[in-house]
Parts: sequence; C-alpha cells; structure tokens
Amino acid sequence: MTSRGRNLAGAAAVAVATAGLAAALGPASGVTLAVGLALVASTAWLRPRGARVLGALLGAGVVFGVGRAAAGPVVGAVLGVTLGVLAYRSLPTMVMRRITFLVPSLVVLIFATTLLMYRAPGSPFAQERAATPQVEAALRAHYGVPKSATAFFGIYMKRLIIDGTLGPSIKVHGRSVEQLLAPALPVSLTLGLLALVIATVIGLGLGLRAGLKPNSASDYASMGLVLIGVSLPSFVIGAALMIVFALKLGLLPVAGWGGYRHLVMPAVTLALPYAAYIARLARGGTVEVMQQDFVRTARAKGASERDVVLKHALRGAILPVVSFLGPAAAGILTGSFVVETLFDVPGVGQWFVKGAINRDYSVVLGTAILYASLVTGFNLAVDLAYAWLDPRVRGQS
Amino acid sequence: MTASTGPWADAYRRLARNRLALGGGGVVAAVTVLCFLLPPLLGLDPATTNPSLAHLPPGSGHLLGTDGLGRDYISRVLVGGQTSLLIGFAATIASVAVGVLYGAVSGYYGGRIDEVMMRFVDFHYGVPYMFLVILIMLLFSETARGNPLPVFLALGLVEWLTMARVVRGQVLTLREREFVLAARLLGAGDLHVIFRHILPNVAGIVTVYGTLTVPAVIILESFLSFLGLGVKLSWGQLVAEAVGVVNPIRSYWWLLLWPSVLLAITLLSLNFFGDGLRDAVDPKARR
Repeated sequence: MTSRGRNLAGAAAVAVATAGLAAALGPASGVTLAVGLALVASTAWLRPRGARVLGALLGAGVVFGVGRAAAGPVVGAVLGVTLGVLAYRSLPTMVMRRITFLVPSLVVLIFATTLLMYRAPGSPFAQERAATPQVEAALRAHYGVPKSATAFFGIYMKRLIIDGTLGPSIKVHGRSVEQLLAPALPVSLTLGLLALVIATVIGLGLGLRAGLKPNSASDYASMGLVLIGVSLPSFVIGAALMIVFALKLGLLPVAGWGGYRHLVMPAVTLALPYAAYIARLARGGTVEVMQQDFVRTARAKGASERDVVLKHALRGAILPVVSFLGPAAAGILTGSFVVETLFDVPGVGQWFVKGAINRDYSVVLGTAILYASLVTGFNLAVDLAYAWLDPRVRGQS
Repeated sequence: MTASTGPWADAYRRLARNRLALGGGGVVAAVTVLCFLLPPLLGLDPATTNPSLAHLPPGSGHLLGTDGLGRDYISRVLVGGQTSLLIGFAATIASVAVGVLYGAVSGYYGGRIDEVMMRFVDFHYGVPYMFLVILIMLLFSETARGNPLPVFLALGLVEWLTMARVVRGQVLTLREREFVLAARLLGAGDLHVIFRHILPNVAGIVTVYGTLTVPAVIILESFLSFLGLGVKLSWGQLVAEAVGVVNPIRSYWWLLLWPSVLLAITLLSLNFFGDGLRDAVDPKARR
C-alpha cells in the first residue's frame, strides 16, 4: 500500500526467491534461473507498441522454426513472415502481450526442466554393467549430454534454435525425438480431442438440464452423478469399464491401438471427470442467467420456452465452460499419462513417462516443449473465443 | 429474522441444516478413525507374506481376502488409507500456507508486484502439473523409499496456485474497505493489517477451497502410484496393483473393489462436505 512498504516487500520477495533458488540449485544455476524469471516478468512493463513488435517477432520466429522442421526453410520463412505481419496488424494487444510472455517462459521452462533432470539421481548412461569412463565420455560427446546442466542447456538451445531439431533420443538408438513423437502426437491429439468433445457434450447437457430446474429431482440426480465422476480416479473408472465391456461382454478390445473401437474406452475414461466439472459450471451459469432481467423480458414478450433456453440459457451455460476449456484441455492432455498407460495407447504421455523413468533427457524435454506449447496455444485460442462470445471482454488490452 | 449473529454463526447454522454435508464430514471422520485406530488395536500386519494363502477370496480368517503374496488385505487397505489421508491433509496444509501468503501479499500490495507475482502463477499454470510432480518425484526417487514427505512437497507445491488466485481476488477488494483504511490511519503497519484485518476475512473461503483440495491431492497421489512413482503403500497403489492383475481368466475382484470403494467413499464425502461448507460460507455461490 505505502510505496515504501511495497518496494520493501518487492525487494524482500526477490531476495528470498533468488536465495532460495541458489540454495536449492547451486549458485550459478539458481541465479541464472532467477534472472530468466525476472526477464520473463519484465515483459509486464512493455508498452503496447513494444509488446506488438516483440510479440510479432517472437511469434514469427516460432512459426519459422516449426515450419522449417516440417516443410523446409523456405516454407518456414514465408509462413513466419506472413503470420508475423498479419499478427502485428490484426491481433489484439492483449494477445500479443501474452505471446511476448509465453515464448520466453518456454525457454525458462526448458532450463528449469533441465536442472530438475540433472538433479535427479541416476543418469541416462547408468547401466548394470558400468561403462569405462572413456566409453561414457564418448557417449556423452556423441549425444551432446555433458556433465553440467548449464552446458547441456546451451547445447540443447543451440540445436533447437540453429538446427531446428529436438535432438537424438539417448535411449532409443538411432532415432531422433521428432521421429519418436511424430507418430505419437496424432494418437494423443485424437484421443484428447474426442475426450474433450465427449466431456463438453455430456457436461453441457447435464448442467443445462440441472440448471433449468434447480433443486428439482432431476437436478439432484444429475449433480449426484457429477459428484461420483469427480470422486473416482480415472483409472478406477477405466478398469471398471475394461472388466465390464472388454472382459465380460467382449464388446470392445481390452487395450492397444488400432480401429475406432480402441478409442471408445480410453476417450470415455479420460472425459468423465471433466464432463462432471463442466456440468457443475454449466449448471451455475444457467441458474444465474435464468434470473437475469432479459430472460424475464423475453418471457414477458411471449418467447417460447424453447427460444428462452436456446437463445439465453445456453449462452449463460457456455460462458463459464469456455473459460474452463483451457485448463480442461491441459488436464486431459496430462491425464492421458494415466489413461495411455492403462489402455496401452502409444501416445505422447507414454513417451514422457518412459523418458522420465529412463532419464532420457532429450525425450523428456521434447515432450515438455510439446505439451507446454499445446496447452498455451489452446489457452490463447480460448481467450480469443471468449472475447468473441462476451463483448464486455473485447475492449480490454 | 433471528437476532443478529456473526458471519461464522450464520455459516455454522447453514452447515448444520445441510444433512448431506454433515454426513460427508461424519464419513470422513469415521474412515480416518478406522484407518488410524484399527491396525494398531487389532495388531494388523500389512507386510507378512504367506504364499500358501495367496489370492484367498474374502471370508473366514481374512475378512477382505488376501493378495497375490498372501498378505491380509484388510490391513493393507487400512494402512494404505493412512498414507492417502495423511498425504491429502498434509499437502493441503502446505498448499494453503503457500497460497494464502502469496495471494495476500500479491493482492495487498497490488500494482507491479501483483502483476509480476500473478505472471509467475500464470507461468506455473502453463506447465502441465503432472509434469512437474513427476519431475519432482524423480528428484527423490532414491532417497525417499517409504518416506511420504517428498509427495507432500510435490503435490502441495502444485496445488497452491488456485488458492493464491482466490485469496488475491478477495484481498484486492478487502484492502479498499473502510476498516482497512481505518486501521492504516491509526498507524498500523502492513504486516499488522494483513494478519489482523485481512486474513481473518479470507479464512472462510480458504477453509472451503482447502477442503476441496484434499480430494484433489488424494486423486493426484493415486495417479502417481498408478504410474509407479508412488513411495508408499496407499489406496492408489493398491488399486494400481489390482489393475495390474486384471485378466480374462480369473477375476480377483476384491483386490480392485475394496480400495476403490474406500477411495470413492472418502473422496465423495470430502466433496459433499466441501460443497456444503462453500454454500454455508458463501451462500451466493449456489442459489
């Protein structure tokens, strides 16, 4: 409140955070991480014009990198420049500000993940038969995994930015991380999107039904169902589905990946907890909107109940759900670690878990980058959708 | 109208009328007491193996049956419950402490401090939480066999974000209120205002979100156990073991059923209790 108190508190917080990081990670890494975080935080001070320019540049850079990896440098350059210019001219400043914040924080995330991995006991080269120091040194040189975390970070970032590659997998011989993740990504995305759709449809349906008649029998029935969905870990639901539909009834394959029949159980398992959450939000939104004056006006002027529900209640139900879709997508993506393991689905989550347990540093970092980009990209899309749905948010920068 | 009462008395009256919430609280208390009192009282032992008694169905001798190594399942379920509940409550306390302090400072000082602190929260939100938890668990993978402390830490560190946001939002409006202004005009320092005037006013909502954090943490711990990263016998671990032996030929249904049922009942009750508490403290949340 008082500006002196504020400055003191700020300085104290920064000092404590830096000291904590330095104590936990060693002075060099700790201070580097603190500086990185400070840089990311400092984007809060950018002026609107600065945010637009920097955001366009960073966005163009990322698009160039991805485009180059996917379709060659020329396509990447063209795509990057076009999208950068388009973004500079048409995207709201709020979104550009988010981009200036997201891209540097991805770098900080890579650094922090590297530090954590290096701090964990064990190394990718630890085997039952101890290799001679010479062999280990040669392996470390070959895969670009020196003994210090900061040196590894340097090599990794150089590879990522200059060569545009996620590097070789240390444990899966002769394959690059891209080659491992490329077939896994469509699997995870299909599963995740399907689960998101199922969750939204079931959740909106239940929530709207419950919210239109609050405190009725159907309200209690829907919300009871919802609480059960929230209260069971997904792998219990998944195991129950497996026993009933695959083992007893023989309707669906137990596990694995192939036709659409393999999709059903994992997608439903992944979706149910989120369907429950969405139903709660939708119920709250509906109850609130049905008490608004404009609903009374609509009824007073003789609009049919159907119109009232479709034109007014539905919007009220959807708004809180839309802002939850970002976290839900993130949750579904990471929830897929568990579901992919349970149903033996060859997705990205399996690679992360395997990579983490085997200390395959480049695989862990590759999946981390992939997940973080997906989550933040989705959050950005949700913000745009929200601005489009709710005019009150549109004007803010 | 009744005579004027304080907000806490009002909340208590509303809670007392909500049978579902009271029932939930009662069930949680009962499960906790059972898990912590029965094993020492009856001298139950979750570790003794006996190959000749492997996979006994529930019934005589072993009330809930035995597992693949012939260990008594009721003691395993109860002792596992100790871990799950302990982790749930301890991690929640950690997350509440961090989240409340962080949110209060951020909201109270406002301005750029607030902006930077909330950016850090945003950054944290962008990292899928399972990621962080798994990485932290790896750090402790060798030193911590059988020691649940790192799990508390990992889960607590991930769960504080929502609490920080909620508290900050409340503090932002509280600091503009007259009693805060009055306290400051009387010469109260920042710390005094935060601890004596602001935090008591967010205690209600903090309790509510804390209660709802417990089931979330217990579920998260069960995920970790399922992925093979758990550190101790817990409900999640028992379910994971049971899922591992699901096969089309012989069904050991009791292995999956008992821990799942206890887990579900506990989480359901905690959610009922938390929801009821929220309605009681903040009646506007549900109309």
